[in-house]
Amino acid sequence: MRVAAGRSAAVVEGLWVSYRHTWRATLVSSFLSPLLFLLAIGVGLGARIDSGGPVEGLTYAAFVAPGLLAATCMQVATFEATYPVMAGIKWFGTYRSILATPVGVPDLVAGRVAWIALRLTAVAAVFMVVTIPFGVSSGPLAVLALPAAVLTGLAVAAPIEAWAASRDDEQGFVGLFRFVILPMFLFAGTFFPVSQLPDWLQPVAWITPLWHGTELTRGFMTGAPDPLVPLHLAVLLVLAVAGTLAATVTYRRRLEP
Amino acid sequence: MSTPPAEHPLIAARPTGTGPAVEAVGVVKRFGDFTAVAGIDFAVAPGETFGFLGPNGAGKSSTMRMVGCVSHPTEGTMRVLGRDPRRDGPEIRGRLGVVPQQDTLDGELTVMDNMYVYGRFFRLPRAEVRARSAELLEFVQLADRATAKVDELSGGMKRRLTIARALINRPELVLLDEPTTGLDPQARHLLWERLYRLRADGVTLVLTTHYMDEAEQLCDRLVIMDRGRIVAEGGPAELIRRHAARDVVELRLPAGAEPPSGVLEELADHVERLPDRVLLSTDDGDQTLAAVIGRGVAHERAVVRRATLEDVFLRLTGRTLVD
Amino acid sequence: MSTGLVVRVLPPALLGARRSALWVERQWVASRRIWLVLVSGAFEPLLYLLAIGVGVGALVGDVTYGGQPVPYASWVAPAMLAASAMNGAVYETTGNVFFRMRYSKVYDGALATPLEPRDLALGELIWALLRGAAYAVSFAVVMAVLGLMESWWSLLLVPAALLIGLAFAGLGLYAVTFMRSWTDLDLVQLVTLPLFLFSATFVPLDDYPAWAEPIVVVTPLYQGVALLRDLSLGSVGPATLGHVAYLVVLGLTGLALAGRRFSRMLVR
Repeated sequence: MRVAAGRSAAVVEGLWVSYRHTWRATLVSSFLSPLLFLLAIGVGLGARIDSGGPVEGLTYAAFVAPGLLAATCMQVATFEATYPVMAGIKWFGTYRSILATPVGVPDLVAGRVAWIALRLTAVAAVFMVVTIPFGVSSGPLAVLALPAAVLTGLAVAAPIEAWAASRDDEQGFVGLFRFVILPMFLFAGTFFPVSQLPDWLQPVAWITPLWHGTELTRGFMTGAPDPLVPLHLAVLLVLAVAGTLAATVTYRRRLEP
Repeated sequence: MSTPPAEHPLIAARPTGTGPAVEAVGVVKRFGDFTAVAGIDFAVAPGETFGFLGPNGAGKSSTMRMVGCVSHPTEGTMRVLGRDPRRDGPEIRGRLGVVPQQDTLDGELTVMDNMYVYGRFFRLPRAEVRARSAELLEFVQLADRATAKVDELSGGMKRRLTIARALINRPELVLLDEPTTGLDPQARHLLWERLYRLRADGVTLVLTTHYMDEAEQLCDRLVIMDRGRIVAEGGPAELIRRHAARDVVELRLPAGAEPPSGVLEELADHVERLPDRVLLSTDDGDQTLAAVIGRGVAHERAVVRRATLEDVFLRLTGRTLVD
Repeated sequence: MSTGLVVRVLPPALLGARRSALWVERQWVASRRIWLVLVSGAFEPLLYLLAIGVGVGALVGDVTYGGQPVPYASWVAPAMLAASAMNGAVYETTGNVFFRMRYSKVYDGALATPLEPRDLALGELIWALLRGAAYAVSFAVVMAVLGLMESWWSLLLVPAALLIGLAFAGLGLYAVTFMRSWTDLDLVQLVTLPLFLFSATFVPLDDYPAWAEPIVVVTPLYQGVALLRDLSLGSVGPATLGHVAYLVVLGLTGLALAGRRFSRMLVR
C-alpha cells in the first residue's frame, strides 16, 4: 500500500472543516468530563483516601489524573472511530465521494488516524495544562505523558475503526461502549490499582490496551516510569499499526468491492 | 394485480350523517406575520370526493391540517363531521383517516407493527387490528413486506403503507395531502385505482394536489386555491367549461420569431404567452391550427389538445400550477 | 371537593391516561427490536457500583453516617442507584424524544389519531418510569446480594428511585421542547454530569466547602440521593418526606409544563 502524505493531509483538512461545525458537542466529553471526574473523585474523594495513606506511593489525585487522561483519550478515540465511520460509509456516503477523487483507501485511513491523533493531542494538552494547579504531574518526563495518552487512544481506536468499517449498522456500537470501553475505564487501573482486583481477573486487565496505556502515562506523568515501559510501548504500537492496516482492508472490502 | 376477496370487508362506509362532512366559514390561518389561508369557505358533502387544487404554497396543506384537527383556525369556524375540532379533536380524529403530505411512518417499527400500533391508537381490539392490518396490507399490495423495516421500502411503498394505515379505523372521512407527489407513474396509477375503490365504497375523500390530471381523474368537485384564497369552485368539467374554451393549441415559436402583435389574438378566444410556448384557447383546435398555418405564423411545433384544469388555473391566476 | 367536580374532572384525566397507555404500548412494540440495548442498560450502574463502591471503596474505608460508621460501598450504593435513575430518565426523555419530535415525525403520525400532545408527553414519562423501574429492581437485587442494604426500609428503594425518575423525566420532557439541534442536546450532559459527580454522591455533604453546601442541597439529584440513602441506611425521618415532596412536586410541575409545550410545538 502506498500513502501519499499530501492526499492524507487533504483528508485531515476535510475532517477539520467538518469538526469546526460540531466541536461544541465534544466539549463536555473531551475536556470537561475528565476534569470534573478529577475534581469529584481525585480531589474530593481523594482527601478521604489520602488520610489512609498513599496509593502506589502517590496521592490519590496524582494516581487518578494520568488514569483519567489515558481513559479519556481512549473514549474520545473510540467515539471518533465508530459513529463518524458509519456516517462516512453509510449515512452520508462521504467516503465514496472522497474516493472518487485522487485520494485512495490508504490515504483515507492514514488521514483518519492522523486526525484522531490530532484530536487526542488537543484533549491531552488541555488536560495537562489545566491540571497543573493540582500538582498531579512532576518532573520533566511528565511531558511524555501526552504522547503516551495519545498512543493509548490510537491503540484502541485503530482496531475499532477496522471493525466499525465492517459493520452494517450502528447497533453494535452501544454494546462496544457498554461491554468493552466502560469496563476498561472502570477496572483497568484508572480508579484503583489492578492489584486490588480478584486474582483471576488481574490477567484480564493486563491484556487490555488501557492498562498498558494507563501504566505508561502514569509512569511518565509522575516522573517514575516503571521498568515495563518497552513492553507497554510495544503492545500499544503493535495495536495501533495492526489496527490501521486492518482498517485499510475492511475499508477496501466495504468501499471498493 | 391481485384482486382482494369478493366480500372485502375493508371499508364499512360509515354514513357521515345528514350534514356536510366538512364545513369551513371564513377560515383564516396565520403563522406570525405570514398568512397561509386568507379566509376561505367551503363545504364537503358526505360521500363525495373533494379536491383542493393549487400550486405549492397556496394554503392547501394548512387547510388540510385544520380539517385534520391538528391545527386550529386563527379566525373563522370549522366543523368536521358535524363537530367542533377545538373541543372534540380526539373524537373527530377517531373517525378520520389521514394521509399527510410527508410520510409520518414510524421508522422504529416494521411494516406490520406500524399498522398494529396505529390501529391501537384508535383503541381497536388487538385481534381486530391484526386481522385488519393483514387485509389492508393485501389491499395496498404490501402483504409480502409485512416484516420489513420501513426504511427498506421505496417511496411508493411508503405511500401505500401510509394509506393502508389511514384506513385501519374504517374512517368516514379520508384526508389525502398530495397523495401521489414524488411517485413514479406506475405507483401513481395503482394508488388512483385504490382511491377509486374507496370512493365506490362510499367513503368521503378530501384531497389536495397540484397535478391537474389527478384532480380531473379523482374529484367530483374541487376548489382552486391560490395564495391562501379560493379562486374557483365546481366540478372539473364544469370549471373547464366555465373558465376555458374547449381546445388549446400549443405553439412553440422559433426564438425571436414572434408574429406581429394581434395576429394570434385574432385567431383565438384567449392567448396566453409562456416563456417557452404560446397557448391559444379556442372551441375548435383543428380549425384554429389550420388558420395559424394559413396565416403563415412560423412555429417549430404545434399541438392541439383538450383544455385542462391547468388552463383554468392559468386563466384565473396568470400562473402555471407546477413551476 | 364535591363529587360533581370529581366526576367532571376525572373522566378527561382518565381518558388521557388511557390514551397515554397506547403510546406506552407503542414503546413496548418498538423496544422488542432493541431489547438487548435495553437489557444491557442495567449493566452500567452495576459496573460503577463495583468499581467505585467496592474497588475505590477499599481505599476509602468507612464513612460516618448518622453517627455510625458505614462501609463506603453501602454508603455509595444508594447514590449510584439515584444517579442511574436520573440518567435513565433524562436519556429517555431528551435524546429519544428529541429524535421523535424533530426528525422522525412519529408524533405527527400519532396526532392524526385520537392521541393528544399531552398524551404523548405522559406516555413518554410512563415509559421512562417503567424502564427505570426495571433497572432499579435489578440494581436493588445486586445491592441485596452484595449485602449493601442496611435496613428494611430498603424495600422502598425501587419506588423511591421511581420518584427520582419522575422528577427528572418531567424536567427532561420540558427541557427537550426547547432544544433545536443535536448541539443543544449536548447541554444536557453539561447539567447531568456535574449533578452526578457533585450531589454528595461520592463524598458526604460535610466534605464540600461551606459555600457549596447550600447549592448542593437544593439540586434535585441531591434530594434523590439523600432519599435513597435514608432508606437503605435506615434513617427515615421528616426530612425523608421532604425529599419525597420535593421530587414529586418537581416531577408533576415538569410534566404539566411539558404537556403545554408539547401542545404548542405539535399543534400549530
